[in-house]
Amino acid sequence: MKAPETEIQQAINDPRLQLAIYTGTGRLIDHRAKVVGAEELPDYQELRNEAHAVKKHTIENLDYYLEQLESNVIAHGGQVIFCRTGEEAADFVLNLAKERGLHMLVKSKSMTSEEIDFNERLERHHLEAVETDLGEYILQLAHQRPYHIVAPALHLTRYDVARIFTQELGVENEVVIEKQTRIARGVLRRKFLEAGIGVSGANFLIADSGAIVVVENEGNARLSTSAPKIHIAIAGIEKVIPRAQDLAVFLNLLGRSATGQPLTAYTSFLSGPRREGEIDGPDEFYLLLLDNGRTKLLEDPEKRQSLYCIRCGACLNHCPVYRKIGGHNYPWVYSGPIGAIITPQFHGVTEDTWLPFASSLCGACAEVCPVKIEIPKLLLKLREEVTQVKRKEDSDVMERFAFQLFAWVAVRPKIYLLLASLGSLFFPLVPHIGPLKKWASQRTLPEPAKQSFHQWWAARKGSS
Amino acid sequence: MVGGAERLIVTAREQILGGVRKALSRTAGQPPLFETAPTLRIPRSDRNLYVDLFVQKLENLGGKSFRVRDTAAVVPAIAELLVQKSAVASNSPFLRKCGVTGLAQVHAGFTDREELKEACAAADFGITSVDYALAATGTFVMLSSHSEARLVSLLPPAHIAIFPRSLLLANLDELLSILPRPADQTSSMVLITGPSRTADIEQILVRGVHGPGEVYAVIVENE
Amino acid sequence: MFVTCVVDQVFPQVGVAITQVLERLGYQVHFPEAQTCCGQPAFNTGYTEEARKIARHFLDVFRDSEAIIVPSGSCTSMISHHFADVFQHDPKLLAEAHALEPRVWEFSRFLLEAAQVDDVGARFDGIVTYHDSCHALRELRIKAGPRKLLAKVQGLTLAEMDAAEECCGFGGTFSVKFPEVSGAMARTKIDSIQKTGASTVVSIDSSCLMQLQGVIQRAGLPIRTLHLAEVLASR
Repeated sequence: MKAPETEIQQAINDPRLQLAIYTGTGRLIDHRAKVVGAEELPDYQELRNEAHAVKKHTIENLDYYLEQLESNVIAHGGQVIFCRTGEEAADFVLNLAKERGLHMLVKSKSMTSEEIDFNERLERHHLEAVETDLGEYILQLAHQRPYHIVAPALHLTRYDVARIFTQELGVENEVVIEKQTRIARGVLRRKFLEAGIGVSGANFLIADSGAIVVVENEGNARLSTSAPKIHIAIAGIEKVIPRAQDLAVFLNLLGRSATGQPLTAYTSFLSGPRREGEIDGPDEFYLLLLDNGRTKLLEDPEKRQSLYCIRCGACLNHCPVYRKIGGHNYPWVYSGPIGAIITPQFHGVTEDTWLPFASSLCGACAEVCPVKIEIPKLLLKLREEVTQVKRKEDSDVMERFAFQLFAWVAVRPKIYLLLASLGSLFFPLVPHIGPLKKWASQRTLPEPAKQSFHQWWAARKGSS
Repeated sequence: MVGGAERLIVTAREQILGGVRKALSRTAGQPPLFETAPTLRIPRSDRNLYVDLFVQKLENLGGKSFRVRDTAAVVPAIAELLVQKSAVASNSPFLRKCGVTGLAQVHAGFTDREELKEACAAADFGITSVDYALAATGTFVMLSSHSEARLVSLLPPAHIAIFPRSLLLANLDELLSILPRPADQTSSMVLITGPSRTADIEQILVRGVHGPGEVYAVIVENE
Repeated sequence: MFVTCVVDQVFPQVGVAITQVLERLGYQVHFPEAQTCCGQPAFNTGYTEEARKIARHFLDVFRDSEAIIVPSGSCTSMISHHFADVFQHDPKLLAEAHALEPRVWEFSRFLLEAAQVDDVGARFDGIVTYHDSCHALRELRIKAGPRKLLAKVQGLTLAEMDAAEECCGFGGTFSVKFPEVSGAMARTKIDSIQKTGASTVVSIDSSCLMQLQGVIQRAGLPIRTLHLAEVLASR
């Protein structure tokens, strides 16, 4: 319910962490800026408009496209499993593994799987899920949540990684980043070749093709989806887009917005088990379509645009609040501005009521969102909803009283001016008023002017 | 799938689709409201410049290129790379035409999945052709088929892609205009843009994480 | 002229400066004395009902004004973009708000587009850096304008800071609810300002200046905060 004030304070007062976050996000900001400028990408704004329009159309006809997706996946020899909850998704995988006598699977990066605590659910039933994306692998060893949607280990330094590797893998202390990568590569290579199941997420689901698109740089998603005999993809139902040709718009926006890459190293367009004549590839393909509350978000016509998100992370990088408090101070796996708008929608506005207010409404997020989600507008809407709940519950009485009083005074100019002139008498009390204490501690307080503008004007009028 | 579980799965499906329809005030089978055709942006540029552009883009990413006049010049161009190294080649007819599959250290002709996997895991180089290449981004487009297996360009630490210049397209948009539904042809289409990389630790770039860290393009100009 | 509650009570010199600049250009400045606030603090904190009352009063006061000059990007944006949200369920007031929109001018925009001047004959010696306040930059698309005006000020050197477009951390009640974060954001801005060697930071939003000034003074730094109007009024 309350903001994690102590942890936020700790994050802000940790110079090493602040440097890691600021420079990490700073690099991503610079990389993006280089490839969306007027010279490099003259159609950038048009692309954003088109992406928004395609997402809007798809979301508003979502059932149609889900059915089209499903029938095309089946036509290509795959299977579609609709999952209401994370539990259903995990249960499907557990049952399949049990049926086949498999105890280990390899996994590529998927925020959707984090959302449903996929690995934990599997591990509880002794099915080992090995993260293969380097950042996620490190976090798995360290038992930590991702710090950022795209750069999960943004907060870690090479020394942190060295410590984690030594502790969890028993290797000698190694701080050279390239060597650390080799260590991970060596361990994971064996896993790719041994695993009976590969699990991936999906950046896009293509309705007219019965296909998934996975975008990556390392090659672990390609390996996870090509080496094991079974491929399972988990994706939220909102990931669907109508046609393969729509990728022209989305792939031109995703890499650029996320990491400043016109195309990432690998973009895989996968449609089911290997076809006749194909030498390798999985024999079985399962697409798990996850609801987990998305149908609830669909219900609100103003806020359902939150589902347009393509998980590029640009809003996080540009958010001055994220860049100070960091990814672990958000209550859910999705952090930054997108996390701030979807968390209350998934969990209810009464949970984490502080979250929609943890923003100065600077609008940097909306400016860089490739699908033009109106994040500040949705934050304001959520603030209004929180306030309405508080009105009903009769909580936060002081704040409500203060604003009601302000409104009462602000429509009565004479009283407003009277109180304002008396204000300078009460001003020294401000640092002692509870909620204002901390505000006052950060700064030298502004002093009310000896003569307000109203007074200056009145005096000038009088003397002319 | 087991019978009892099947019933449960149908129920989840109907629940989710039903929930979606209710939220959107749509009825089952209702066609979608108007949608516009996708915009494909294909530059009107000189195709003769595509090779230059491709080479430049690939080299910016840390890949290397060889431009050779004809198929006979391919083997001499890559001979030095393959000294004391082993390679797996795909079954692409173009590779045969270039004489690559004839080289002593190159193993080709795999049709068995397990054998291929083992060979690729042990090889220093994977040699393939491509189905298309994209000039704007220095990208290889590879469709999985009886000629091209997935793992050849993925497991070995180095990848050589040998192709005729006639396969060069302008960009992704052009690819999608000639291949509007890749799924009709293959279970896997991969766009390979440079070497495997990561910046997960301190945003420092490292190449060759899981996929090949060295990537070579050999472009045959007269084909 | 709508001076805004912050200018009225804390920085009246900004209102004075605007009056001077406009009068020098030959305008007759009116100050409807019944004005109070635009309602932004209430609106941004989710108190839409209260914001509506305050906004309604604003409409009453300024309904017949020819041009309403506002020395604040965020208040201008509240009036011209968010009154529509506040009145969305009241067609009559919504129509009035829309009718008012074209007559609401952020100060620098008024000078450049309505008065069509970029040189007001000002003189200000020193190195100045400009802070792009968020509402002005992103909602009103004001970026080049104030810089154009500053470029014509004699004796003034404009030094751009790296973090010009980053939020100062005020955000109204945000600075009260999340004071450490707000303070940290301001300190990042101030580090960037210091790198420019500027002795003055200028903005078109007094609340940003108030936020920065508070943290600057706390740190004891020799940096002044001035509203664009004050620079343009200097001779």
